[in-house]
Amino acid sequence: MRGIRYAVLVALSLLFLAPFLFMLSTSLKTPEKIFTATMEWIPSPVVWKNYPDAIARFPFWRYVGNTLFICALTVLGTVLSSSLAAYAFARLRFKAREPLFFLMLATIMLPAQVTLLPTFLLFRALGWSGSWLPLIVPAFFGNPFSIFLLRQFFLTIPQELSDAARLDGCTDFGIFWRVLIPLARPALATVALFAFLGAWTDFQGPLIYLHDESQYTLALGLQSFLGRHESQWNLLMATSTVITVPLIIVFLLVQKTFVKGIVLSGLKG
Amino acid sequence: MGESRTALLFLAPWLLGLVLFTVGPILVTLFLSFTDYRVLSPPRWVGLDNYKELFTDTETFWPSLGNTAFLFLELPLSLVVGLALALLLNQKLKGMALFRTIFYLPSLVPTVASALLWLWLLNPEHGLINEALRALHLPAPTWLASPLWSKPAIILMDLWGVGGSMVIYLAALQGVPQDYYEAAELDGANGWQRLRHITLPSLSPVIFFNLILGVIGTFQYFTQTFLMTKGGPDKSTLFYALSLYQNAFEFFRMGLACAMAWVLFVLTIGATWLVFKSSARWVYYEGEKG
Repeated sequence: MRGIRYAVLVALSLLFLAPFLFMLSTSLKTPEKIFTATMEWIPSPVVWKNYPDAIARFPFWRYVGNTLFICALTVLGTVLSSSLAAYAFARLRFKAREPLFFLMLATIMLPAQVTLLPTFLLFRALGWSGSWLPLIVPAFFGNPFSIFLLRQFFLTIPQELSDAARLDGCTDFGIFWRVLIPLARPALATVALFAFLGAWTDFQGPLIYLHDESQYTLALGLQSFLGRHESQWNLLMATSTVITVPLIIVFLLVQKTFVKGIVLSGLKG
Repeated sequence: MGESRTALLFLAPWLLGLVLFTVGPILVTLFLSFTDYRVLSPPRWVGLDNYKELFTDTETFWPSLGNTAFLFLELPLSLVVGLALALLLNQKLKGMALFRTIFYLPSLVPTVASALLWLWLLNPEHGLINEALRALHLPAPTWLASPLWSKPAIILMDLWGVGGSMVIYLAALQGVPQDYYEAAELDGANGWQRLRHITLPSLSPVIFFNLILGVIGTFQYFTQTFLMTKGGPDKSTLFYALSLYQNAFEFFRMGLACAMAWVLFVLTIGATWLVFKSSARWVYYEGEKG
């Protein structure tokens, strides 16, 4: 029985991994090898030079810097503003709590397109179009999905801890900052990871707001490869590998915390 | 300080964002949908003209809706695949962490990179998929170059990224109380019965959650087709959100695009409402049983 289970798992894993292996393998081939009839998984010769060649094609390091900058501020903004709101929903008693919480959940279901155009017009009117501000500033106004996740997590932290802190003269902000935030690290890491992934891979935002190539993010910069260099699949695949690998590394680093964050925050329902 | 005032302070950033980036824009979208607004000149009131134009447009609007409806076929597929993978990964076997990571990896790939990758995988001549099909002596379609096969190609690509919802099923599976299974086993329930009467009901809130997210995501499907096909060939991958984007940012018809956004809003609310309504029949919450 155990053997069959492993066989199924391995076979499926190969199916899911094959595209990655194809990407890696193509990224190490000479142009001639790419268009040969039969699949060669380990190319000979292995052309490592495709990687420096690929990233020399566009201002790679500048785009990495731009993307990291936007990501860092997005993560900071999302974590700060969402955890504040989550505290209110989890710990404070006020009249409008239920309706506001429901309203917040409803906004998760709102199609982005409904707010996209006026938001675009607003940022244009503010003169922010053509800058990073439209990609960063909204993160500081709370993200409903993150608020929900953090609220669920805060609810799992015993009320007695807050009460004890309050007896010691802690204000709500003190309880939030010194008791809940340190205990909520797995959930905060999960929210941070989602925010990071969202900002790193966002395409539509940069597409709409950035006009100057020097401001591009990686995702947007990579787009210029499509069409322009379509026959150079080896370089294209090298570039894809390069922007995917950092995400895989980040994920492997936070994986344990991430799964714990999902389980403990009761996202399971 | 009263608790309501404290709450207001804690909620201030989100509330401000709600007004600035959600409620305000929704109202502006509604207003603009009744105008002819081409960005360079101020909006001009035209009443229901945009909506009339949309509903009589058999060239773009109805085909884009039809294509999007086709995309909904993917929801049950990804539900079954995601759930099956989660069940498989929930076993207590050595090396599970590795398998979990492997199935989750595709969800980490930035959309632009996966679009590039799948353009290459689906290449009719040299792509891996057709090489595999030819090796198995199966017909090799031209995928994204064929109006018939472009949608299945996109569904195939999306199923590869099913790991996102799989992780959520997996988290939920680990929360199912083990003693339910032990009790069922004592009663002589077989594997299928345990799945049907314990696992699926326990997971139903999460299935519901993923289903709602899936409905919303399907209506908003944009980046992949924008990058890979621009809606072609022959409008076969012109999905609703892509058509909306083109109207707004390529043809600069903001008024018409706002009308499309409102139609989308109503459709999403309608579809979500249907799922909610049906959920009373099949979603079980722990708290309600006791």
